Amino acid sequence: MAEAMLDVRVWRGAGDGAFRTYAVPRRANQTVLDVVSWIQRHLDPTLSYRFACRVGMCGSCAMSVNGVPRWTCRTHIAKVAAEGALTVAPLRNLPVIKDLAVDMAPFFAKWARARGQFDPRSGLGSEFARVPPASPERAAADAGIECIGCAVCYSACDVVAWMPEYLGPAALNRAWTLINDTRDGGRKPRLAAVAGDAGCHACHGQEGCRKHCPKSLDPSGAIAGLKRMSALAALKGEI
Amino acid sequence: MNNPRGETLLWLAQRASAAVLAICVVVHLGTMIHAVRGGLTAAEILGRVRGQAGWEMFYWVFVVAVAIHAPLGLRTIARELSGWRGPTLEAATALAAFLLALFGSRAVTGLVG
Amino acid sequence: MSEARSIPAWRSRMHPSWIAFLIHRLSGLALALFIPVHFWALGRIVESEAALDAVLAWSAHPLVKLAETGLVIALALHLAGGIRLLGVEFALWRGRPGAAFAGMIGFALAAGLLFLLNAVSG
Repeated sequence: MAEAMLDVRVWRGAGDGAFRTYAVPRRANQTVLDVVSWIQRHLDPTLSYRFACRVGMCGSCAMSVNGVPRWTCRTHIAKVAAEGALTVAPLRNLPVIKDLAVDMAPFFAKWARARGQFDPRSGLGSEFARVPPASPERAAADAGIECIGCAVCYSACDVVAWMPEYLGPAALNRAWTLINDTRDGGRKPRLAAVAGDAGCHACHGQEGCRKHCPKSLDPSGAIAGLKRMSALAALKGEI
Repeated sequence: MNNPRGETLLWLAQRASAAVLAICVVVHLGTMIHAVRGGLTAAEILGRVRGQAGWEMFYWVFVVAVAIHAPLGLRTIARELSGWRGPTLEAATALAAFLLALFGSRAVTGLVG
Repeated sequence: MSEARSIPAWRSRMHPSWIAFLIHRLSGLALALFIPVHFWALGRIVESEAALDAVLAWSAHPLVKLAETGLVIALALHLAGGIRLLGVEFALWRGRPGAAFAGMIGFALAAGLLFLLNAVSG
């Protein structure tokens, strides 16, 4: 019996590149990352892509798979290419360095612009801060802290595509978790950084972030929280 | 750009007018579905609203909310899809709001008398 | 370095919230174009009842009735889409996006159907 094969189109080159087709043998329990790795090892060693942990923790292997942004290490071929056809491309909304590797610098620059760093408030003392697990703030922060920074949401978001200065779902989700961290003291400058139409208020609730987040987080819910809180701050004249 | 407070307040105006419009539109849909039965005439419309303080108040609120809501929506689309920014866009938005309010008030005064 | 523009993304948009967004935007645009005309037509009452009746008589044509039904559906869609968005933004409702989408379409079709049936009934 002939070996079952996959017809794989892979993006080659930088932003002005093109797709090239490869034939890859179908294996049991094969992931998209397995397919990409097989091409590099057996067909073309110059193929560039990124991965590290292979178990959905590091957030480095995200690619566009059949037009949908996904973490490739945990995306099974059986799920996305049942008919044997697969298209793998670099993430949308980020500059392409080469082949499947995008430049993540603009993505993380926006985390910094959204003040995504912990800013301890004064008077925390030397004791461990007590954060009651059942408090609403803790629950709100919990909902977003499992983000692995893979940029799938950023790649899925059309507002990012239309308004390149928009901070995007991941940076805003990060800001929301910090705002709900009772040890953090940077609320006002952070709200000022995320408000307006380069920030949370540009979101239209398309919810591509919520739909495609591989960790099943809800950045659109976090963005909605930021909208309410910064609107209240604007009314009070705090931002 | 980079006016987070201003953009946030415009967003709030858009959502506040939306909440008002949500109620107005429910009433308007109900009225239309009821009134269209048997065909519309000017006399029938006037008979319903002319001199009625409640309807007058309703349509004024409706017109003002529309004049806020629609231009802000168009402004968002223009900024997103055409990259149009700056004073000319703000002027065009204000002009659209003014014209809607003008046309709307002419319609309301004409109907309610 | 530049983005790869020729990579299709439409499949990533085929989910209820994105389609609800699209419908909300298109219906909003349609209403923004129609409302000035609507105000103008109503404003003609300032001139005379006969002027408004002339507009209304024109609107008795079946094709115009159908177009009006389209506008009623657009209005109902925009209303329901707006309520969906306010629900998300003000954390009033956080259920399945598909349920919100189904409610939106169902409400708008029901409103349009009711309007059309009433419009064509003697």
